[in-house]
Amino acid sequence: MYYPSSMPWTEDQTLVEHLHTRGVTRRQFLEFCGGIAAMLGLESLHIPQIAHALQAIRRPSVIWIQLQECTGCPETVLRTADPTIGNLVLELVSLDYSHTLMAASGHASESALQAAMKENFGKYLLLVTGSVPLNDDGIYLTIGGRTAKEVLEESAKGAAAVIAIGACAHYGSVQAARPNPTGAVGVRKIVTDKPVVNIAGCPPIGDVVTATIVHYLTFGRLPELDAELRPLFAYGARIHDQCPRRANYDAGQFVEEFDDEAARKGWCLYHVGCKGPATFSPCPIFMWNGATSWPIGAGHPCIGCTEPNFWDTMTPFYGRLPDIAGFGVESKVDLIGAALAVGALGGVAAHATATSVHLARQRRRELPVVESSTETKGGNRGQN
Amino acid sequence: MARTKVVVDPITRIEGHLRIEAQAENGRIADAWAVTTMFRGLETIMQGRDPRDAWAFTQRICGVCTTVHALASCRAVEDALDITIPPNANIIRNLVHGMQYVHDHVVHFYHLHALDWVDVVSSLQADPAAAAKIGRSISPWPNNDEAHLREVQRRIKGFVDSGQLGIFTNGYWGHPAYKLPPEVNLLAVSHYLEALDWQRHVVKLHTIFGGKNPHPNFLVGGMACAINLDDTGTINAVRLNEIWSTIRQAQAFVEQVYWPDLMAIAGFYKDWGAIGGGLGNYLCCGDFSEGDITDLDKFVFPRGIVTGKNLDRVVEYDQQKVKEFISTSWYEYPQGDDAGLHPWEGETIPKYAGPPTPWEYVQDSKKYTWMKAPRYDGMAMEVGPLARAIVGYAAGQPEIRALAKEVLDRLEVGPPALFSTLGRTAARGIETVIISRKLSRWYDQLVDRIRNGDTRVFAGEKWEPSSWPRSTQGYGFLEAPRGALGHWVQIADGKISRYQCVVPTTWNASPRDAQGQVGAYEAALTDNHPLARNDQPLEILRTVHSFDPCMACGVHVLDATGQEVAEAKAQ
Repeated sequence: MYYPSSMPWTEDQTLVEHLHTRGVTRRQFLEFCGGIAAMLGLESLHIPQIAHALQAIRRPSVIWIQLQECTGCPETVLRTADPTIGNLVLELVSLDYSHTLMAASGHASESALQAAMKENFGKYLLLVTGSVPLNDDGIYLTIGGRTAKEVLEESAKGAAAVIAIGACAHYGSVQAARPNPTGAVGVRKIVTDKPVVNIAGCPPIGDVVTATIVHYLTFGRLPELDAELRPLFAYGARIHDQCPRRANYDAGQFVEEFDDEAARKGWCLYHVGCKGPATFSPCPIFMWNGATSWPIGAGHPCIGCTEPNFWDTMTPFYGRLPDIAGFGVESKVDLIGAALAVGALGGVAAHATATSVHLARQRRRELPVVESSTETKGGNRGQN
Repeated sequence: MARTKVVVDPITRIEGHLRIEAQAENGRIADAWAVTTMFRGLETIMQGRDPRDAWAFTQRICGVCTTVHALASCRAVEDALDITIPPNANIIRNLVHGMQYVHDHVVHFYHLHALDWVDVVSSLQADPAAAAKIGRSISPWPNNDEAHLREVQRRIKGFVDSGQLGIFTNGYWGHPAYKLPPEVNLLAVSHYLEALDWQRHVVKLHTIFGGKNPHPNFLVGGMACAINLDDTGTINAVRLNEIWSTIRQAQAFVEQVYWPDLMAIAGFYKDWGAIGGGLGNYLCCGDFSEGDITDLDKFVFPRGIVTGKNLDRVVEYDQQKVKEFISTSWYEYPQGDDAGLHPWEGETIPKYAGPPTPWEYVQDSKKYTWMKAPRYDGMAMEVGPLARAIVGYAAGQPEIRALAKEVLDRLEVGPPALFSTLGRTAARGIETVIISRKLSRWYDQLVDRIRNGDTRVFAGEKWEPSSWPRSTQGYGFLEAPRGALGHWVQIADGKISRYQCVVPTTWNASPRDAQGQVGAYEAALTDNHPLARNDQPLEILRTVHSFDPCMACGVHVLDATGQEVAEAKAQ
């Protein structure tokens, strides 16, 4: 969808250079700018300005900051199949700061960050992996001698939008599990005046991350989001509703013990702890690593890693979810922790309500392409 | 001449958050401090958790070193509960862990380390025909031809000409410490791009056995991936074929791209065989058994310790002699600052004692890092590929000896060259070749077992907590790609009562201990170490990256002692 012609616009070309390779002369280009000026009701003295602006179209700037993380999310993005990471970084965008990949370190890398933010102020896409520790004046993570909170706040100032990749950036993930010793929080707790997208998962499927980026660049807007600010194209349905083993669930065909006869027939993993009924995720459809397989497909129950606070709400991982009313075939419910039942059921109901509220609000506001958001603060930020 | 303070923060192209401070004098590094700048404090979250969940939590210590903590955790809990996993599960775990080695080391070489040795901008001066000639002379790799290299050069030229340099912005291009001719630079850049695509394919082995990469799934007692040749949803011939493909793809890249590049590049940097050695003490806890994990004699990497660079003597490793110090770290011990605690008595009480932010220097503070200082029998140790190579060489492991000899012969240097930044980099390549060859051997073993009717992957006799002793403890060890890893678990009444990790980068990025002995990074950076330009610290990166830092791993993140975490106050 980003190469409409047989002569792709390559990374070394400005727009006018690209048009030239496609046979449009400079004279024709200036005539075109004259046409635009006329259409806009501008006098001909504006033609050079229009030409200058059009000539300067470059690859969009992307800045990636990494905070309190395990770096599994940058790794998952490296696994993206379409586009490949090579295509993304060399052709589609200008990745102007990346802790994991960039050549420069120290003062050199930090001045590259400052320059990129300045040159592209208001226009760059900010990618964030990792959480922000708030306890004890934020001392639990410093980068370049400054706290993570400061680094995030500064980086977000000139961002057109912020894509929070993974569970840590979403809400803190494992370091935020009870009792959260460093006071880890997700991006949206710190950045409240920009559009934020949460690509949930520990980690998420890499292609979902790159698809969100390319969606934004191609269509000029962020995809529709749910109450957790997760893109609906990936998080709009539960695993349970998309699972190839659902027929086994409905027929009462369950694995009771790992590697039993039922496991060797690929039957449903609900009785060994599958959290699919409470988890919104595209794993059964997109699958992992070039659609090779996925957790349930490889015989292990889903641990619910796209849901906020799953380290506390979905554990013990091998403990069974309660029946979802109307679907279950079990008459006995095997509860491990009442909070799990309330959380799962409550989460599903609240999700549906909150999503429709969020969608209504979203329709009333314009998501910007290049300018800072004019949204009001707060809004529907989901359950947390 | 007065010393100049140098700060490099952030160190990029690593996992996690590291700051290096140094003092430079006359173009050399006189002193160095390894400063870990992140703490996540997972120490109390393991308290009270189900031991069968521990592998999933601990795996999130690191996503670059994915799989390794999960494996060590399973081993620790299996040790505590006296579970022996079925042979198929052992083979599958070896395949998963082995592929992690190959993926991790190749990605490290090209995407994290190479830019310290390879001048990307210089590749624009190359003659692609001459580069192809060199490429074909060192390897049969098909993409080493002129057309391909010319296209790579065109892409890079476009990048540089566009003015949007992306990840190459502000690189130290043209630095005098870069020694490769433009043609070798071009070849390396081409392979950098190929490796970027190769790496997303070979992980499919993890996806098939564990459901996803990063962070595949495991099970206490074995693996969850049932084997059944006659079902669609299990490990069958389709899946075995896919596994076989990933192994072939891994081996081809290692043998035809990584290893030849490593040897070619090393040839231009022989002087780095005398730089960055450091401690001279090496620790390997041993791994990759073709029998049971307790069968020490069958390890591919023998267990042991070498001290003082003495290749004639392997000292026995006893995990009881591991102690952690916090005299220069931002923690406190109830026993006092100079105490050294074994993981069974370990405490992790964070207490920040550095300067307020924004930092100018932390080297002037007595305590300067979030990293603890592990010591073995009072000695600082290096762990990782070089440690495995040195201990293996000293122990007479034939594959390690043969490849080490090949490296030394090709570079025309003697064994002392191993104790260096170059040696560490070569050792990473040596073990990648060894492990990648093992992958097809282990695959054949799995197929043989299936053929003979054994498809068992899980031992479930001790799955239920009712079958566990009231209280028990276990030690899980692993030689992760970055070095010796240990998980210690204590279980009481079916729940985790204490959990401790000592991780490879804890050893290597260790600060000074109570006796003032420096850690591995600090020792290496001051061992005959040049620094030509203080504001372009290329040589510092070259040595630090040779350790393949993983800071999230190293910072002491897991220790459940049942005590409330004391509130740390920033000064």
